[in-house]
Amino acid sequence: MEMMSGAAMVVRALKDVGVTHIFGYPGGAVLDIYDALFAQDDVKHVLVRHEQAAAHMADGYARSTGKTGSVLVTSGPGATNTLTGIATAYMDSIPMVVLSGQVPSVHIGEDAFQETDMVGCSRPIVKHSFLVKRAVDIPDAIAKAYYIANTGRPGPVVVDLPKDIVNVLEEHPYNFPTSVSMRSYNPNTKGHAKQIKKAVEVLKNAQRPVLYVGGGAIAAEAQAEVTALAEHMNTPVTCTLMGLGAFSGVHPQFVGMLGMHGTLEANKVMHNADCIVALGARFDDRVTNNVAKFCPNAKIVHVDIDPASISKTVAVHIPVVGSVKHVVQEMQKLLAQVDSSEQKEKLNDWWEQIDQWRSRKCLSYATDEEAIKPQAVIESIYKHTQGQAFVSSDVGQHQMFAALYYPYAKPRQWINSGGLGTMGFGLPAAMGVQFAHPESTSVVVTGDGSIQMNIQELATCLQYDLPIKIISLNNRALGMVRQWQDMIYKGRHSHSYMDSMPDFVKLAEAYGHIGIKVTKPQELDDAMAKCFSLKDRLVFMDVEVDQNEHVYPMQIKYGAMDDMRLSRTERT
Amino acid sequence: MKRIISVLMENEPGALSRIVALFSQRNYNVDSLCVAPTHDPSLSRLTITSHGDDKVIEQITKQVNKLIDVLKVADLSDSSHVERELMLIKVATPTEKTRAEVMRNVDIFRGRIVDVQANNYTLEMTGTSDKLDVFAQTLAATADVIELSRTGVCGLARGDRALRP
Repeated sequence: MEMMSGAAMVVRALKDVGVTHIFGYPGGAVLDIYDALFAQDDVKHVLVRHEQAAAHMADGYARSTGKTGSVLVTSGPGATNTLTGIATAYMDSIPMVVLSGQVPSVHIGEDAFQETDMVGCSRPIVKHSFLVKRAVDIPDAIAKAYYIANTGRPGPVVVDLPKDIVNVLEEHPYNFPTSVSMRSYNPNTKGHAKQIKKAVEVLKNAQRPVLYVGGGAIAAEAQAEVTALAEHMNTPVTCTLMGLGAFSGVHPQFVGMLGMHGTLEANKVMHNADCIVALGARFDDRVTNNVAKFCPNAKIVHVDIDPASISKTVAVHIPVVGSVKHVVQEMQKLLAQVDSSEQKEKLNDWWEQIDQWRSRKCLSYATDEEAIKPQAVIESIYKHTQGQAFVSSDVGQHQMFAALYYPYAKPRQWINSGGLGTMGFGLPAAMGVQFAHPESTSVVVTGDGSIQMNIQELATCLQYDLPIKIISLNNRALGMVRQWQDMIYKGRHSHSYMDSMPDFVKLAEAYGHIGIKVTKPQELDDAMAKCFSLKDRLVFMDVEVDQNEHVYPMQIKYGAMDDMRLSRTERT
Repeated sequence: MKRIISVLMENEPGALSRIVALFSQRNYNVDSLCVAPTHDPSLSRLTITSHGDDKVIEQITKQVNKLIDVLKVADLSDSSHVERELMLIKVATPTEKTRAEVMRNVDIFRGRIVDVQANNYTLEMTGTSDKLDVFAQTLAATADVIELSRTGVCGLARGDRALRP
């Protein structure tokens, strides 16, 4: 058996689980591991400028590939800085492994320099965690961590490594497990046949069915299955914020995103449906609005790999525990005898009704000669990337505009912090995307608030020549906060504006990149063309947009799904 | 409604704290908690008593089951089961009269006196939580209770049903 140090084992085990990139930052407790990284080039290490960004990069890498993202940080502040990134991944079920250094075993609990109980700190926001006690256990712990992170409902896993066990001066036998099996963890992917049969009966008999598709469909790589089911049964399809791309945004059966800022037609379809088939979606409060008024006439089928997601907020009629891919495949087998053209005819009335809702054109917006509309910026990005870019978003109004005005045709194209709503996510996530897809266009849609929460990563972008395109919808305010203050707090803009905005063009230039400022609607198209023509450079586009624009439609609090404001003055 | 949730989990450091943390994190109630290794030293058996409506209890069992260290979860109160709790209780016995009264109660409730000192007795009582509650109340009416410690409920299902790996 090969003998090596604990530090060498960490790096070797990463290679053996197939890690290509690890995002990290060195420090005292992990210097041995960094020394082992220095001696090889199997695992590419990316030096970030802040550990939170390392976690978001690993997250963007994971979301855009389906592979597990990897992070390496030191003990204490290095570890705690990753917590927001870990929580972001946890809320959106993103596979990630965070290796954190720890003080030497004998000093644990002594309040040693740079000591924090990382397993304790991260406990509520991880799928699982390990505190490794012996060097010989390192390969097993790392193999298990990656297995747990990316099976069942994916999620982040922390592996805490005390400094003494990774000591480069002591060698131990390296024994990497050929397979991982855990008696306490056996995720079930195959749905129960009886439940699937019941689900199919409900869908077959429905007059007004809808597929409600969430991030679980993307995690399960089920786009083909979902599309086949929707086309065969002629159902309308709506996607959650996390599910965008799981069903093509340009498909004629797509009725748009649902929920708080969903389209009128999507929320109307849900509210009036007699059968909702939820595929890897979790009835989040940003979707359901008032649970007591949620979709009163619908029989609800809920397919989810996590039994705890089922009937957590909304009681469902037919639960199916399993992966979306497998369950939909089984449903399709049972639906084979349904004649597609008869089904089409059967749903004629339903589609007529849907087309009527669509004719309201709820996403139309007033244009202006003087001010750039944020919606127009997103449409321009779509045009100049031919709808093919990876779009990573920060959090706020721009996130909703990017979700609504850029139709995502493919899964994993749209990268955003849906559950936690983490400002500062966009830029590092887009960097993780770019590392995973060096030939693709990686765009960040951000705002003047969010971008300043991880702007230091512009330095990392220069170091690794990442030609990311940052489009900042600069409204000189925290737009979403301001919108709520306009609507609920009588326009009292408490601490939602910034009157010391930096010169973003100069800032981009200071970091060695290209900055472009756009202030007039007439300049937008040319500026965007220039931005995307600079293939090898990072371009920061600072677009001054209309400060008073609100995101519509918007659900009315305490109402049903389809109780919505359609503009400042109109309601449903 | 009171529920008894029984959990079979890996006997690993950190496993217990994950379960306890889950209850506070998700705003579930814990009324008592009892945990120790089983006949297989690699496994721990944990019994939690909680209360809540069916929806909450269902979520508790699902969320506990989701923890990676957990092998099996069962709601014992769902069907026929045996439950026991142990209580140690120290009472002041300054006079012959209190000594006699305490001994009589211990006798009636089928408890035991496990320590005798000049001024106090320590008593042991096993049974359902209700029985222990009643015993503690009865005793308090006749003697000064100095201190009291309870294990929390532990239980097993009756018949063939069992939590096994």
